[in-house]
Amino acid sequence: MPILQPIGRTFLAFLETVGRLSLFAAISTSHCMRPPFYPRLLLRQMVDIGYYSLPVVGLTAIFTGMVLALQSYTGFARFSAESAIPNVVVVSITRELGPVLAGLMVAGRVGASMAAEIGTMRVTEQIDALDTLATNPFKYLVAPRLIAGIMMMPFLVLTADIIGVFGGYLVAIFKLGFNPSLYLKNTWDFMEAIDVISGLVKASVFGFLITLMGCYHGYNSRGGAQGVGTATTNAVVSASVLILSSNYLITELFFAR
Amino acid sequence: MTPSVPTEGSPADAGAKRGAAEPASDGARQTPKIRIRDVHKSFGAKQVLCGMDLDVGAGESVVVIGGSGSGKSVTLKCVLGLLQPEEGSIQVDGEEVVGLGGESLEQVRRKFGMLFQNAALFDSLLVWENVAFGLVQGQGMGRREAKDIAFDRLASVGLEADVGSMSPAELSGGMRKRVGLARAVATTPEIIFFDEPTTGLDPIMGDVIDDLIVKSVRDLGATALSITHDMASARKIADRIAMLYDGRIIWAGPTAEIDHSNNPYVDQFIHGRAEGPITVMANA
Repeated sequence: MPILQPIGRTFLAFLETVGRLSLFAAISTSHCMRPPFYPRLLLRQMVDIGYYSLPVVGLTAIFTGMVLALQSYTGFARFSAESAIPNVVVVSITRELGPVLAGLMVAGRVGASMAAEIGTMRVTEQIDALDTLATNPFKYLVAPRLIAGIMMMPFLVLTADIIGVFGGYLVAIFKLGFNPSLYLKNTWDFMEAIDVISGLVKASVFGFLITLMGCYHGYNSRGGAQGVGTATTNAVVSASVLILSSNYLITELFFAR
Repeated sequence: MTPSVPTEGSPADAGAKRGAAEPASDGARQTPKIRIRDVHKSFGAKQVLCGMDLDVGAGESVVVIGGSGSGKSVTLKCVLGLLQPEEGSIQVDGEEVVGLGGESLEQVRRKFGMLFQNAALFDSLLVWENVAFGLVQGQGMGRREAKDIAFDRLASVGLEADVGSMSPAELSGGMRKRVGLARAVATTPEIIFFDEPTTGLDPIMGDVIDDLIVKSVRDLGATALSITHDMASARKIADRIAMLYDGRIIWAGPTAEIDHSNNPYVDQFIHGRAEGPITVMANA
């Protein structure tokens, strides 16, 4: 059946990729837990992911918070439910928009650069050189990036939460005429620890997925500049899709009744 | 002991007097440093190595010559465990490398140094950090001590101290090769691989690199396995030359004998003639 052939082939190729990726993830994770560790490299990655992503994550968060307040107001004003705006802003930001948008922005910034850097190292034989110098590339290249991603994403998301809520506050106070202290009090009262905690758990998972995709696609890139370009695209696209799908699963885990 | 008896009708019939894989020196007859037997490696449908045999004796410098895409680099990568052959055996100091992994493979790799074709220097590190890399990461030496050794190694390949503080991106091709050589010998390896050491260099710089290779190998007393298609380089650095064609070694012998190999394949290659038994396909 010529129609079934390509479907079967695609399905087998998909399974093969899943297998490869799972193996890569398992090996990488095991190397994260066994010495030798590279504190210098880990610090560099933590600064690169956590510190240098702050501007882009901050800007995303503040505008998201501002738009959220504005849109909620235009909608809720129809039902005279404007007082729910602090609630909507804080819950949406901490539970969903903070982690997801920060994750997507970091995937674009960090995941792409990791795939490009490791991919270039692969095609210029630098990864082979690591092997010949008796240094395991998983330990030296992949493990510090994974650990940094898992550790720094919650920090970024916490920052995004604060800036996002502040964005909503700015619009509510200066454009919509809310009472500042009342707005803050409502925000504080509505916010629950589980909202923030679920967001931080998501952040860690997203950090793992972004760095894993960056390293996996970079490590397996082939064929010069074009291969590195493809690896970079694949890293960002796959990380974004995984962020959105795993976001649903984690939400289901935390909040489904 | 040498299984590489040329088969009937093969290119090796044409004139190989000695077994293709047999080392020349008497000392090397005991246990070869590297012993490659009947190695097969393919990529998809393309068979790159099909029954490759080669012995490299301790302290010997063997150069494998062959055209582009003949499997020279694949051979080196198989010995280093970077690629796994489908069949055959590769032994280093009598220890089987095929199928080895993890810590045992890392232990074997500590015996090796390698100069890559484009030097493969780490862009993110300074030149001296590149040279010291094997000492710091592989042997756990302190950075300060490793730095001193790195600068000594750089001096021994004719590079000034200020080069040590530069980034690899600032270096010319010849300088990159020298840094690559300094990195390959920094850990005083027992075996050094040279992957196309003179490719991309002008003839004078190529000769300088050849001299440095000969000097480094002699100073360390190391075993060297090089691959190249540059005959001037091969004649200079080799004790013994082996020619790889069609996935097998079709001729091997002392460097001085290559001009009298009576093997039309070898003759065509060393004289660089387009006409002969080796046909180059347009898409090769």
